Amino acid sequence: MTHPTIRRIVLTVGAPISAVFFAVLLSSLFLLISGSSPFQAYIDMIENASRLETFVDILNEATPLYISAIAAAIGFRMNLFNIGVEGQYLLAAFFAAAVGGYFAGLPPVLHVTLILIVSVLVGAAYAGLAGALKVTRGINEVISTIMLNFIAVGGIIAWLIREWADDTGATNSGTTPIDESGRMPSLNGLLEVFTREISKGRELTGVLLIAILVGITYHLFINRTRIGFDFRASGYNPMAARAGGIPPKRMVMYAMLLSGGVAGLVGMSEVLSQRYKYDQSFIQGLGFNGIAIALLGRNNPVGIAIGALLFGFLNASSGILQITGSATPEIVQIMKGIIVLSAVIAYEAVRRVKLRDEARSAAEATERMSTEPEEALA
Amino acid sequence: MSDQPRLTSWTTLPDSERAPADNMSPVDPVAPDLKPTLFERYAALSAPVRWMTSAAIGIFVLSLVQTVGRDDTTVLTEPGTAGAMLRFAVPILLAGLGGLFSERAGVVNIGLEGMMILGTWFGAWGTVNFGSPWAGLVCGLVGGALGGLLHAIATVSFGVDHIISGVAINILTPGLARFASDRLSEADRNSFPTKWEGGSITQSPRAGGLPKINVPYLAGGNDTYNLLGEIDDANIFFVSDVAGVLEGFMTQLSLFTVIAFALVPVSAVLLWKTRMGLRIRICGERPEAGESLGVNIYLYKYVGVIMSGAMAGLAGAFIVMELSNVYREGQTQGRGFIGLAALIFGNWRPVGIMLGSLLFGYPFVLALRDGDGVGTHALLLVIAIALTAVMAWSIRQANRTDATIAGGLAATVLLWWAMTDVAPDWLPNTMPYATVLLVLVFMSQRLRMPAADGQIYRKGE
Repeated sequence: MTHPTIRRIVLTVGAPISAVFFAVLLSSLFLLISGSSPFQAYIDMIENASRLETFVDILNEATPLYISAIAAAIGFRMNLFNIGVEGQYLLAAFFAAAVGGYFAGLPPVLHVTLILIVSVLVGAAYAGLAGALKVTRGINEVISTIMLNFIAVGGIIAWLIREWADDTGATNSGTTPIDESGRMPSLNGLLEVFTREISKGRELTGVLLIAILVGITYHLFINRTRIGFDFRASGYNPMAARAGGIPPKRMVMYAMLLSGGVAGLVGMSEVLSQRYKYDQSFIQGLGFNGIAIALLGRNNPVGIAIGALLFGFLNASSGILQITGSATPEIVQIMKGIIVLSAVIAYEAVRRVKLRDEARSAAEATERMSTEPEEALA
Repeated sequence: MSDQPRLTSWTTLPDSERAPADNMSPVDPVAPDLKPTLFERYAALSAPVRWMTSAAIGIFVLSLVQTVGRDDTTVLTEPGTAGAMLRFAVPILLAGLGGLFSERAGVVNIGLEGMMILGTWFGAWGTVNFGSPWAGLVCGLVGGALGGLLHAIATVSFGVDHIISGVAINILTPGLARFASDRLSEADRNSFPTKWEGGSITQSPRAGGLPKINVPYLAGGNDTYNLLGEIDDANIFFVSDVAGVLEGFMTQLSLFTVIAFALVPVSAVLLWKTRMGLRIRICGERPEAGESLGVNIYLYKYVGVIMSGAMAGLAGAFIVMELSNVYREGQTQGRGFIGLAALIFGNWRPVGIMLGSLLFGYPFVLALRDGDGVGTHALLLVIAIALTAVMAWSIRQANRTDATIAGGLAATVLLWWAMTDVAPDWLPNTMPYATVLLVLVFMSQRLRMPAADGQIYRKGE
């Protein structure tokens, strides 16, 4: 086609863009079938998103999704499917909220740190269980984590939430609310430096900083450390990695523990800056959405951030569609599914084109090498 | 199923067959001085006899537990429980068979849950709009098959990772179902094809099930003699319990249930006795070999995955029509995943899947019928007995680790049983998943999934 570098860049950027374009096209079709105007719906969504309060909403929605996607990405880097992010973050959030609510009157920083540590440890331990089952018994992590998800929510949490319930007689029973000292301060002040005052009681979650920190650490860990290199090596080619002296079982354990530890932080924006407790209506489904975003972002910290913001935007838009009535809010859920499915297909198609390019250039190089000596002789 | 390699039923694996093939002992296997153990004799029986014996042992343990257990544990084997067990097993069974077709063709199907959701919605829609449960059944099947088609396009044609495609389908389908219900709630609700009178975004109008029958003479259908009922009422240890279970199976039996269980032998014959089945299976074992023999691998992978979706769709339709008589959002409750669990438990074999579905459906029944938790509590004793059996088996195999783990778990469960009077209400909902994990912990070495399962196959690569 054109210059190979340009071609490669076009291919890399083209895949997600064409996926989103395709998703918009298909969603428009759905909207047309349902008798609403797609243009009106999109205009409403974008207009809504341009407001400062919605921007805060988007960031609040994107924060846990980002952490969840990083947790999934750590596993993906090693070809491990941690489907259990869902169960890990719920269990971690439950225990963290319970511990946080139990201790009252701790110094603020210490209180928050305690909650964070509990969440990381519980998440890591629960994921580690799946890892241990894999390395000692050869049980596929997809199956074991699916089962552990159900056991966490339907078993452990359902059991303990009643044991430890805050008996104030509320219908939506949960753990004891966390004291003022254990709450994360909001970032409104920080954001208002650049913008006007945030109204309508919107509060930008402080956990956003933790999410950013997680993203940077993930990048440094994977790309700049020895063990991160071992991770990638095991992911690319487990046989070669083993031959190169990387212990595969230990790598699996590390990956699961790290993935689970990060997964433990997913529920923190809910625990530390929104709900301050774990109750029956605690937000679910972040784990599976995180997996989707990790796929969208190709396990890259920046790509994942874009994916998380996109999902955050879609989540924040469903409300406005309901209010203006320009489309059914359910279209948002469909758009998410279509985006993910078309993105993975687009990535796969591009990967194959690249492979073919590589094969062709390799063939050309071989051809040159076989003809050159003759020229030199002549 | 006589041509199946015996490696299949791990529950009954004889010692002689556990030895690797290259380790053939010089001793003639029929040498007169080698007396077969009880276990070997059992393993030598034909497969149906073995399964029936296993079922009988299961009921025997249950009736034993009823006798030694506390009062009010009759819920474990009373006819109503048995009938409900059959009903609750069907969605898991169908999902498991769905997984079987897909994974035998080499495609892992995590999207069963999503395809089941499509089945629930289309099942309800078909029943309501065509006014016939049979139409609902067909629509549910087609709806699920469409989900399977999507999975096949992504995984087979585009070579997307199977887990990824499945996760995406599970995200997409609830949105689709909700969107479609919303569309129907808004539209003119009384004309075909948008009849949805009395329904909402999250719920459909009433969608009744297929006709139900009582088997004549055995369970008193058509005012005939109720033989099994009489035996059940006679209250003889074990015999009455067996009769009670059988009576429960044959009373108020839905035709849908009959169809679902008929699909077990049908699947077995289809996959192991027909040309098409052989071709589907080679996609899951050695696709390259199949291609070299002229089998169109892509085509048969498509067939397998679409059939998988169709089965999952049937499972969804069953939930709507037979279990709740209405489509309700979120009513699949992870049964697609339990179906996957039954598939693994059953070692990728139809009859094993059926046993798994009965086993995993049972706690759901107790959760409904056993309000005070006494019956479920007695089930703890059953689990302890099973774990003890595993321990004994491990000791016999000189596997000290397994024996220790099983023994420890057995002691814990036994202690739990002894210290409490009723089971907590979360226990039945957790049991299927915990059972799968336990089975995998002790049996994973003996399970064998299709060799090329989950691998992306590209023609000519």
